[in-house]
Formats: sequence, structure tokens, C-alpha cells
Amino acid sequence: MLVISCIKQVPDTTQVKIDPVTNTLIRDGIPFIINPYDSHALEESLRLKDRYNVRTVALSMGPPNTVATLRKACALGVDEAILVSDRCFGGADTLATSNALSAAIALLAKDEEVGIVFCGKQTIDGDTAQTGPGIASRLGYSQLTLVDRIESIDFEKKTVKARRKLEGRHEIVEAPLPAMITVVRELNRPRYPTVPMRLASQEAEIKTWDNSILKMDVQSVGLKGSPTWVSKIFSPERDKGEIIGNGIEDPTGTAALLIDKLLSKDLLTV
Amino acid sequence: MSLQHTLFIAVFSVSVLSFLFSCYQRLQLVTLGAADNRFDNSGARLAGMFNYAFAQQRVLARPYGLNHFFLFWAFMALLIANGEFLVEGLIPGLNLALLPAPLHHVLQLLFDGVSVVALGCVLVALARRLLFPPEYLETEYAKPAGGEALLILGMIAALMIAFFLLNAATIAQGQPTTWQPVSSAIAVLLQGLPAATQASIGTFAWWLHALVLLAFMNFLPRSKHMHILTAIPNCYFKSMEKPNTQPREIFEKGARYGVSSVTQYTWKDLLDSMTCTECGRCQDLCPTHNTGKPLNPRRVVHDIKMNLLANAPALKEGKEGTTALIGEAHEGTISEETIWSCTTCGACTSVCPVLIEQMPKIIKLRRHLVEEKSQFPEELLNLFENLEQRSNPWGIAPSERTKWSSQLGDRSYIPGETEYLFFVGCAGAFDNRAKHVTVALATILDAAGISWGLLGKEELCCGDSARRLGNEFVFDKIATENVALFQERTITKVVTQCPHCFNTLKNDYRQYGLEIEVVHHSQLIAQLLASGKLKLNKQADEGKVIFHDSCYLGRHNDTYDAPRSVITKTTGSAPLEFDRNHENGFCCGAGGGRMWMEEDTGTRINLDRVGEALKQKPDTLCVSCPYCMTMMEDGLKDLGAADSVKVKDIAEVTAEALRP
Repeated sequence: MLVISCIKQVPDTTQVKIDPVTNTLIRDGIPFIINPYDSHALEESLRLKDRYNVRTVALSMGPPNTVATLRKACALGVDEAILVSDRCFGGADTLATSNALSAAIALLAKDEEVGIVFCGKQTIDGDTAQTGPGIASRLGYSQLTLVDRIESIDFEKKTVKARRKLEGRHEIVEAPLPAMITVVRELNRPRYPTVPMRLASQEAEIKTWDNSILKMDVQSVGLKGSPTWVSKIFSPERDKGEIIGNGIEDPTGTAALLIDKLLSKDLLTV
Repeated sequence: MSLQHTLFIAVFSVSVLSFLFSCYQRLQLVTLGAADNRFDNSGARLAGMFNYAFAQQRVLARPYGLNHFFLFWAFMALLIANGEFLVEGLIPGLNLALLPAPLHHVLQLLFDGVSVVALGCVLVALARRLLFPPEYLETEYAKPAGGEALLILGMIAALMIAFFLLNAATIAQGQPTTWQPVSSAIAVLLQGLPAATQASIGTFAWWLHALVLLAFMNFLPRSKHMHILTAIPNCYFKSMEKPNTQPREIFEKGARYGVSSVTQYTWKDLLDSMTCTECGRCQDLCPTHNTGKPLNPRRVVHDIKMNLLANAPALKEGKEGTTALIGEAHEGTISEETIWSCTTCGACTSVCPVLIEQMPKIIKLRRHLVEEKSQFPEELLNLFENLEQRSNPWGIAPSERTKWSSQLGDRSYIPGETEYLFFVGCAGAFDNRAKHVTVALATILDAAGISWGLLGKEELCCGDSARRLGNEFVFDKIATENVALFQERTITKVVTQCPHCFNTLKNDYRQYGLEIEVVHHSQLIAQLLASGKLKLNKQADEGKVIFHDSCYLGRHNDTYDAPRSVITKTTGSAPLEFDRNHENGFCCGAGGGRMWMEEDTGTRINLDRVGEALKQKPDTLCVSCPYCMTMMEDGLKDLGAADSVKVKDIAEVTAEALRP
């Protein structure tokens, strides 16, 4: 049984600035990181590997330098890392991306049954939260988004029960496998690579699947397969903050107000 | 051959063989440790051995040490007397009386005298242990009036009493004039007894002396009194590096990192464990033990020894032992909480009379946990990733590093032109409070006309926290990059405002081939004030100032006077001292990566320290380290004293005195 995690290499957005003149991202010298939500997806796949007899694959689509991110996945313990990369896949929006990743997953499924595909709930560069659901609908997998807890999983009976973190409430859902699950940060705490695993990952084989392997219609991938395009990027004006309560007169009450405020904005979880 | 003679030869032979076998058994275990070259620098090593073992420098650092000093030298003298005793027992007639009479008389007088001294020392030691034991003498596995200590004291007393009785009996039986005033005085008491009784007393005393001496010898290797045999070599093999500077690791396939099994420790670590005298001084000074954490440095050393002994049979066969070194705390096993408690303040290593290196042993365990197991308190995950990805502990965008200097214009370090690189450090660049210190130091350097420059956005973290936390892999990456950058810019002089950057650049980077002049701002300011290059406009009015020693400036780099002289010159009076100051200073609680971890067990270390300061009712608590700054300010807030006492760095006090 295969457990796949889809991970994306993204620029460290805390370090990205927008050029005020051209309104484009200044990417020079900005380090790439694994999309933080995806690191939780990867972690969950590794946790299943620790507990069940499953094989883990990390899958990423991107330019050749994405190998660096897949090496990190190897250092954390995935069994196989596959880079989906081809010039014709470049410039893809979420539709074209989910087309290509679905094709790669379908190819894997030919040899080995797929149990779960984990994705981060969204990426920190695109912020669309569409690629995971796109994969689920293209492959006909159960779609469980915003999962913050796996309640139970049964690879024999092929079912999964998970808790979804929604605004102000939780929802527990059960679905048959294969399933595509997008995860939120609360799901787990990603592990840290050991030194021997880091060293081994430097020599790990990272497969590159280009279109000679995926055999996609070039009209359905990359820029050509992308109906969305970005017309403008700009930094929004920031709203000024507000002062609530009176911290000097009533620190306890003000702290309570602040907590309520943060909870209402979903910036804090109980 | 008399029966007594034959019997003695038999007892002696068995005892010596058994003693040698015990020593062999213990020392064979030491040789199971990993390699460590402690055979270089023989001159400096001999000098160290003289200072610490024979002159007992560290022992004498506390008043009671004088008792041990006398006992030690009495023992050294009595080695000759006991040697004579054993030799004569084997070969009757072969004794010191064969020496020229004047020399023999002097020796007799010496032995008689030091035996009184030894007996006196035993009584003082007994009184201390039984009547007024210091708190630090006690721990789970050793009590002040414990059986072992009392047995040893009893044996020493018995040896001295037997010595006097034997001599007295011999004198009473008509030995010609002797130079043994004490023995002679006792002999007077025996004078009236029948000759046969005198002879019996002599024989009894002789056998008592012989048996106690041989028993004592055999007890040594099986007890904490092993230190009598190992302390002197342990001082000889002391670390010639600052002990916080751990050896580098080599990252290659199949390599092991840190210590998870006792024989991964070096032979010197294992010798240390056999050398601990259980004096408890490390326990007395340790900030974690004093605030209710599970770490007690001597317990760590004890557990290493117990682990080695418990696993000895398997280890000798080259197998793994069954008693784990890291795990649920019990004798021979060290808990993870213990390992993560250490602030690496170095109090234990700086106070140990026999130069045991406690703290580095803990770092080796951390290296294993981080590098081989990825097992560490969860707060550290973000720290490690931030250090690796953004080269600062907070994970703030590196572009923010130069925000503090935006008003200063371009102050880039220019190779060949600029004299000092001002290595700002992560706290100095990102922490809002520490930024004030950074600006103060820049003002001071300008006022003194010093040529200085910055690396700006290219400056990286020094890696101190990574190294102390055992993440040598990340430290290695950071250090390699920094050293390459320093070499590329041909930097030769560096000033830092953080003792952690200072220590890392100065001591740790030497392992990476960087030999440059690194000064802490306290040293540079003191020097600029002394040379007259920095002229003050007034005395800074900071009220009553108390100075808190930073561990990485003080204990780890022996810099105590520079910050004090800066305070004296800038405020017009010497700072108040904490009860625990200089080498005995008490950590703020943030060293060793503890800055980035929660402190949930016991009382908070910073509260303990701030409480100590408040006893003296200071107006200003003066520090020389950004970590200490944070810890002291937090402590004052928690104790409700933030309004009455302010925390200032010595650079801020100096900058105050520069104001018109």
C-alpha cells in the first residue's frame, strides 16, 4: 500500500518583497523552503509508515532545483522521491498542476495500490488550496480537506476517519480509501532529520518523471493547460490596528478580550 | 623465619595481588573509552599537575580545603614511613635507621609530627561530617556521615594510633634515644607495664597497622577514595582547551555522533568518573541543581561510573551493556530532562578540585540525542530550523538584520581599511532591547575614534546555541560559512557585544583555522578608557549598581575585571557584588541553548539570581550579555521590581557618561 505526500518547494515568503515599481516578486537570493503545510503532510505519511506496513513516496512538481526539497524528504525518511519536471509543465496553474500530479499518482497506482495522498491545505506562495482537491476529483479519490486529526485508519477495510478543522467547529468524517487528505498545521509536529539520514539523503536516488514518462497531452499541462493567469501583484494597504480594553486598569479582563478577539479571527485555537 | 614474618609475607602478597587486580579491573574499564590525545604539552601538563594536585589550588579555594591540604601532605610524607614499614615487614632489619643518623632523626621527627597532623585532620573531618555538614555534601547516593566516609576516616585514625602505639612500645622496651616526641610521650605511659605486656602491645600495634594499611589499600579502588590513585594523573591529563570547546565531529557515512553508550566516552571521561571524590562542590554551584532541576553534575559523573561498572562484563567482551546510559533516571542511567537542563555555565568544571569535565559529558549526550535520534524538547525544532534557514534564532528575515543601523549610513566593513569588524550578533541585530546596546556601542566606538565596520545583511548567526545544544551538524555548517566569510574579507580584529558570539568566534572557530583577535566590548571599552582614547563627559548617574557576571565572559574566558573597571570609571564607584560572584557567579539561566527552552521544573533560575540582587537593593543591575539582559529584565518583572531596578548593559552605562 502506498502513502503519497505531495510537497511543493516555495520561496521563503517571509523573505520575499514585492518590487514597488514593477509589482513583481523579488526572488533574487531568496532561499527555497518546503511549503510549511506540506511538511505536515509529509510528516503524517511518515507516521503512517512508522505504524503500518506502507511505503511512502514524496511527489513534487517543479523546476530541477526542486531536488533539494525532495532530498529533505528523503532525509526525513520517505522510501521514494519523485520529481515531476518538464519544460512543458512550467507556468502551471492549479488545474494544470493537479493534472500532472494526478497523472504521476495514477502511474504509481498501476504498480502499487494507493491508500492515501496527503497534501498541505495550501501553499504559502499561491494560497489557492485547490491543488489537493483537484487531484482528488481527477483521480476520483475521497476528498478530506483541512484535517487536523486522523481519528482512525484501516488499510484492510480501506476506510479512514478524520477530523476537519473548520471555522469555529470541528467535523468528523469517514471515507473509503483511496483518499486525498489536505492537512493543517495542528495535525502533527514535523520531525527533524538525523545526521545519518541527512548524509544518506545526499546519495538518495531522486527520480525525475518528464512528459516522456507521463505522456500527457501538452494542452492540459503547464502554461497551455492553465486557464488562470496573474494580471497584477501588489502589496495591500494594511489596516491600522485597534486598541481594545485597558491593560493598565484591567489586565486580566483585557487579556480575556484579546483572547476572544484572536479566537474569533481564528488566530488561536482552544 | 619467624611465624610472624611468614604470616606477613603471605598476607602482604595476597593483599598486593588483590589490590593490583582491583586497580587493573577498574583501569581496564577506563581503557575501553574512546581515544583522546591528552599526551601533548607535557610541560604545561606537569605545571598543571603541580598546581592542582600537589599545591591543591582548587581544593584550597574553600576554607575547609586546608584540612584536605594538610591530610594530603601528611599522607605524602607517611608514604615513606609506610613504605619503610612494609619493606621491613618483608626484610627485617631493612629500615631507615640505616640512613645517616641526622637524616633518620629528621624523618622520625617528620613522621611523628605529620601523624599528629593527620589525626587532627581526621577529627576535624569527622566533626564536619557528623556535627556541621555543609548541605552540598549530601546527595541521593552519598551522605555526609555515610558508611564509606566514616570507614575511611576510621581507618586513617586507626593507622595513626597504631603507628604511635607501635613506636611507643618499641621505645618503652628500651630503644635508644629517638626523635619521636609524641611517641615518646605515649611510651612514658607504657613504662610501668611488664616487658611481656609491652611486647604484646607492640605486636598488636604492628599487626593492627599492617592489616589496616593493607585493608585501606584494598578498599581504595572500590570506593570514591580511588581518587587517591587517580586524582594526580587526572590533573595531568586535564583539558588544555576551554572545556566548553567541544571537539569537532566528522560527518561521513557510518560515523557515530555523540555518546549513547558509556564506552563512546573518551578514556579521560571514564577516568574522570573514577576520580570523583564526591566533595559536592559542583552540586553546590550548579544553577540547575540549586533551583530544583534533576541535573546534578556529580550525579552525572557518578551515573557514568555506575553504568560502566554495571555493564563491565559485557563491555569487556565488546558487547553492549544492558544498563542504558540515557533513559528513565536510576543509578547508571541519565534522564533526558537532566541532559536538557544544563545551561553550560561551566560552574561545575571551574570548581572541581580534580578537574573533572562534567559539562562536556552532557553535551556529548545531547549530540547523540539531536544528531542520531532527533529527540529534543519541541521548542528546539523551530530554533534549529531558524538557525539553518534564516541564520538567526527567531527566524526573522535576514534582511531585517541591518534595521538598527539604517540611520547610520553605510558602515560596511572594508577589507584593508577598517580596523574592527563589529560583529553585532543576532540579539544585537534583532532583539529590540539589545538593539539599544548595539547603538550604544556604536556611539562609544565613534567617540573613541575607532575604525569599525559591519557585515550587514551578510552577517550570520555564530552558532553558539546550536553547538551547546548538541546540534553539531548545523553548527558545523554555520561555522564553516562564517570562517570562509571572515577569511574572504581578511578580518583580523572583531569586537562583539555578546559573550556567546565572543566565545564562539574566539574559541570554537579556532578549530576551523580562524586565529584572529576577538574582543568583547567590555574589554575594548576598558582598554579605551584606560588609554584615554575614550573621554567621558560626566559620571553616569545609575544609583547603586550591581554587576552580574556572564558565564561566557567570566568563567569561560576569565574576564572579570574589564566590565567592573568600566563600571567603576563610568559611574565613579565600584559595583556592588552578588554573594556569588566571579568564578562562583550564578548563571542567568539562558546559556547552553536554555534561552530557547521552557523552564518548567523547580524555580526559575533567573528569579533565583534576581532575588539575590534585590537583597542589596540596587538601582541598576548591570550586565554584559544580551541573554543576561533578557533574563534579568524578565526576572525583575516577575518579582515586581521592574520599576525600581533597571537593567543596563555596560555599554549603555558608558554611553550615558558620554552624553554632554
